[in-house]
Amino acid sequence: MLWNVSDGSRALYSAAVLFMLISVFCGFLLPQVVRFVVDNVVRGLPVYDIPVIPNILVLLGVERTTESLRKNIEAAGVVVLAIAAFGGICGYLYQRMLAQGAEGLILRLRSRLFSHIQSLPYEWHIAIQTGDIVQRCTSDVEIIRNFLFTQLIEIVRAVAFVFFAYVMLFRVDVPLSLASFVFLLVIFLYSFLFLRANADRFLPVDEAEGQLLAVAQENFTGVRVVRAFGREAYEVGRFGRQNEIYADLWVKLGNMLSTFWGVGDFLTGMQMITICAFGAIRASSGNITVGEFMVFLTYNSMIIWPVRGLGRVLSEASKARASLGRLVEILGSPAESDPPGAIETPISGGIEFDGVSFSYGDTPVLRDISFSIRQGTTLGILGTTGSGKTTVAHLLCGLYNLEEGCGEIRIDGININRYKRRWLRQNIGIVLQEPFLYSRTIGENIASLTPGRSPDELREAAAVARVDDAIMKFPQGYNTLVGERGVTLSGGQKQRVAIARAVLNSPPIMIFDDSLSAVDAETDAKIRAALARRAGSATTIIISHRMTSLSGADTVIVMEDGRIAEMGGPAELLARDGIYRRISDMQRIVESEISEAED
Amino acid sequence: MLYYDEESYNKPFSLGAWFLIGRFFRPFTGMLIRIALLMIASSFIDVLIPLYQKYIIDRFIVPGASDGVSRAALLGVAVMLAQFVSTVLFTRLAIRVEMGFSRDLKKACFDHLQKLSLSYYNTTPVGYMIARVMSDTDRIGLFVAWGLVDVMWGLSYVVFAVISMLILDARLGIWIAIMIPVMAVVTRIFQNRILTLNRKVRRTNAIMTGSFNEGILGARTSKTLVIEDENSREFDAIAGGMYRDTVRSATVSAIYSPVMMMFGAVAVALILVRGSSYSISGSLEFGALSALVSYSINIFEPIQHLSRIFSEITATQANIERVDSLLAQAPEITDSPQVVEIYGDSFNPKRQNWEPLIGDIRFDDVSFKYPDGDEYVLERFSLDIPAGTCVALVGETGAGKSTLVNLVCRFFEPTSGRILIDGRDYRERSQLWLHSNIGYVLQSPHLFSGTIRENIRYGRLDASDEEIDEAIRLVSAERAVAKLPMGADTDVGEGGDRLSTGEKQLISFARAVLANPRIFVLDEATSSIDTETERMIQNAISKILRSRTSFLIAHRLSTIKMADLILVVKDGKIIESGTHRDLLRKKGYYLQLYSMRFEDEIMI
Repeated sequence: MLWNVSDGSRALYSAAVLFMLISVFCGFLLPQVVRFVVDNVVRGLPVYDIPVIPNILVLLGVERTTESLRKNIEAAGVVVLAIAAFGGICGYLYQRMLAQGAEGLILRLRSRLFSHIQSLPYEWHIAIQTGDIVQRCTSDVEIIRNFLFTQLIEIVRAVAFVFFAYVMLFRVDVPLSLASFVFLLVIFLYSFLFLRANADRFLPVDEAEGQLLAVAQENFTGVRVVRAFGREAYEVGRFGRQNEIYADLWVKLGNMLSTFWGVGDFLTGMQMITICAFGAIRASSGNITVGEFMVFLTYNSMIIWPVRGLGRVLSEASKARASLGRLVEILGSPAESDPPGAIETPISGGIEFDGVSFSYGDTPVLRDISFSIRQGTTLGILGTTGSGKTTVAHLLCGLYNLEEGCGEIRIDGININRYKRRWLRQNIGIVLQEPFLYSRTIGENIASLTPGRSPDELREAAAVARVDDAIMKFPQGYNTLVGERGVTLSGGQKQRVAIARAVLNSPPIMIFDDSLSAVDAETDAKIRAALARRAGSATTIIISHRMTSLSGADTVIVMEDGRIAEMGGPAELLARDGIYRRISDMQRIVESEISEAED
Repeated sequence: MLYYDEESYNKPFSLGAWFLIGRFFRPFTGMLIRIALLMIASSFIDVLIPLYQKYIIDRFIVPGASDGVSRAALLGVAVMLAQFVSTVLFTRLAIRVEMGFSRDLKKACFDHLQKLSLSYYNTTPVGYMIARVMSDTDRIGLFVAWGLVDVMWGLSYVVFAVISMLILDARLGIWIAIMIPVMAVVTRIFQNRILTLNRKVRRTNAIMTGSFNEGILGARTSKTLVIEDENSREFDAIAGGMYRDTVRSATVSAIYSPVMMMFGAVAVALILVRGSSYSISGSLEFGALSALVSYSINIFEPIQHLSRIFSEITATQANIERVDSLLAQAPEITDSPQVVEIYGDSFNPKRQNWEPLIGDIRFDDVSFKYPDGDEYVLERFSLDIPAGTCVALVGETGAGKSTLVNLVCRFFEPTSGRILIDGRDYRERSQLWLHSNIGYVLQSPHLFSGTIRENIRYGRLDASDEEIDEAIRLVSAERAVAKLPMGADTDVGEGGDRLSTGEKQLISFARAVLANPRIFVLDEATSSIDTETERMIQNAISKILRSRTSFLIAHRLSTIKMADLILVVKDGKIIESGTHRDLLRKKGYYLQLYSMRFEDEIMI
């Protein structure tokens, strides 16, 4: 999966690794210059088995004789600076290309995630926990970024360090190299195995921190309860205890870690001492020179930190795989797609449900629903919570798939599955009970569907939804930001902004799914009247549990338990002895109460 | 949360901010001094290592001698043991200081927040408080402990190394000593730049996280609006900005490390060119040459550390200022010293002096506006509520029904006028006295992590298990509780998440019942309970409320109807009041609300 998003990054990444290797190699050449100067220049040894450096000197016009070298000692300084400069440039290129490669890949990964999530079907969005998915898109991506940007390259670098160092060292003296290498292996294994064995010791500390956070959070969000029961002292005790537990756990963990670091430092020092002592013995038997010994010491100090770090990197790098798995799970979920040959013919708005049955999993929600709405008329759907009225709307928008043999929904006589989904939804304006507003300005929210409308058109749509006055009361009017960084709108205001959003687009079919529930009756009636004027030719479905909201409908369906219990014009239903009538009778209780009160 | 973190960073260093948290240093003075001494010792050992190598080179390698190697090795082992002890000790101490310091700060912040008034909580996002209590204190503790470690180690390493180099060879050492300030300045410039860029990256990252959040939360709406592509385009722009910012920051780092490497190369070149001629003439030993090369390469690390600490000082200062400002926040509602003397405070109550509360409440010419608002929501309001009265407050969501309750509970105090409880201004007695007599049940009930039993016991800490069971029975919750896997000992999860809203409401109701208060507040408390339970609880309510003063906020019709007094609230103000019958007769706003709610209830 990473392969798919890595186009354009792979070349950069490989080039980065190449430049990294060159710069590491340059780093390893510098101590060789010191060795060369000490052995060949100062001590005048005639053996030239040092790589590269004598060749560079020859290029600079220095002969391979002690006199010539001593006379032209500045050349050695030039070589040092040249190697450092070349290595530095390669190092710069490596880091820059690594950043571009890794970040580019991450950029594409993020974009893919975002757009894929947008394209996943409605059912997927119902089933997930937002926090979990956001966590994956941020933390897990960050872990993968860390892996590519730091861990993977650290591993390669450490291996390169060890490889270059020992290729050169083994050429100098095998027994001393062997001694140093074995010790290095011990240090690496010590740090790797220790961290792997103790990885789970961090868990209780993390948990304790989580609990401490929970106590604080619960206290702050439940402050009214705390105050109303006068439990301040109790809370202080609770937080205090958890705070102690957390700090104590860390101190205990710290004791363990301090020993780990101490032992690590000690082993590192011991390796140096081994090289010193063993080096002295090898030197006394004439196997190594002063310059060579110095190379041993310098290389050793160069590789020790990457190797010690390698233990940590390896024990952490395993996290990346789990993260990748969690992301693959998202990217592997199939996106919504249109059947082949889907059409985009103009929709005028006649709707038919023909024997529609639907269930969520094993729970049947709709059973054999059939009705039809003529283009331009208004249908009201009345029903209790859970009667299936919202599902009717969702099916019509193609948010759920209707299975074979479970009936058919037609718009203008064409099965809705034959329309392109996007086309279908563009032609249906649905306002949800709890609509979502984007953290943009109110104006931008209203015009999300139809950017580029004039401010007058915006205000007109808002006026239909009876929200223009409220918006104009904000100091910045239609430019007021909504959400965390802006104003918080009440439930009723949100509903009305969402209505304005749908109205501005004026689609041929409009659905109001209990979208006036947070608005008072008077405003509700005014909005419906304004809508009727404005959306005159649109086919409208109003879903509500309030009878009064449906009084203007041409046809009313009363739903009960996934079935249509009654259907007809409001007057017709009143005349019949059914649920509609019973509800209406119950409402009369209020009136009788008033007259009673007046007596 | 991240938005707050990134403000007010680039301030100059000021000692004042540090003085304010001075008192937190006191318990750790001894440990901090020990850390400082250990770091001096540790850096001394680090400076010794090249000298040890010099000794090996000059004593053994150059003459090709191996006698006495074991003694030299033992000496080395002794030094390394000293290093081991010092590392173990200073890391232990540093972690203890870090955790202890932040623990004390956390406690101080949390304790102080318990004293602050509700108005503070109303205007401050929870994330903001969490950031103060949790992360700011962590960063301060981290800096105090490890900042000292780095500063002491870095400073003394530089000093020791310079001394050592000058002793080894003053002619060469002086050049490296001169280079140090130059390296320091270059490091500062780069680190400042990197720091600024990283801050920008964090800001962009916060925006990107927000964007993901919105993309997922709003996905269902986006689908019905068919604006998925626009959203993706918008997101790509943000993610693209993130890419540019991170690459820019990485580029600066990519320039920085080769530049620092060049300094090292210059030093090495200098030592080689000059040093080799000194060596040939015999005035410089190989060991000294080797040690000088080591120092000139190693010296960066302490300089980098020191420079980083400089940047962190100003960053930590911002953390400190935020903690200071929290600790300096004065509570708006306090008990006067005279009251505290008689009644005690929240942490040391003098219950023996508390009079029993009867429950007569009188609003006497009360005017009130919220501290963050500019409009009066109550003006010269007077109302007499004799003990045992049931007051219902009705109105639309967000109309301001809670105001009166906030005042009665003394979560807020009147801007002018008085509220009398049992005939005395309630400011003449302690907050805890009043709160101990109030039972409060919220619409979105708030439970704490722990078992159901623990949550109910919150109402009265010394209640026996039998009393808790009795409370469960009183609110008809025994069936709901019995259904749970471990009955009353079931863990409710964080914030009670494992229970349904209805279950949570029952538990919080039982909690209030257990407290056996004289004043009862039910804030839309039964809205999510199913009809059957509702009916049972209704009986319990009427039983419990009988001899108590109670406030019901926007309830079911049946509850509202039985209230002795109904107050109708619109746009924050009380516009109608009276009994159910009175209000119906008025045919005003109440009638409208009533008919609407009636319809809602039929269909639920």
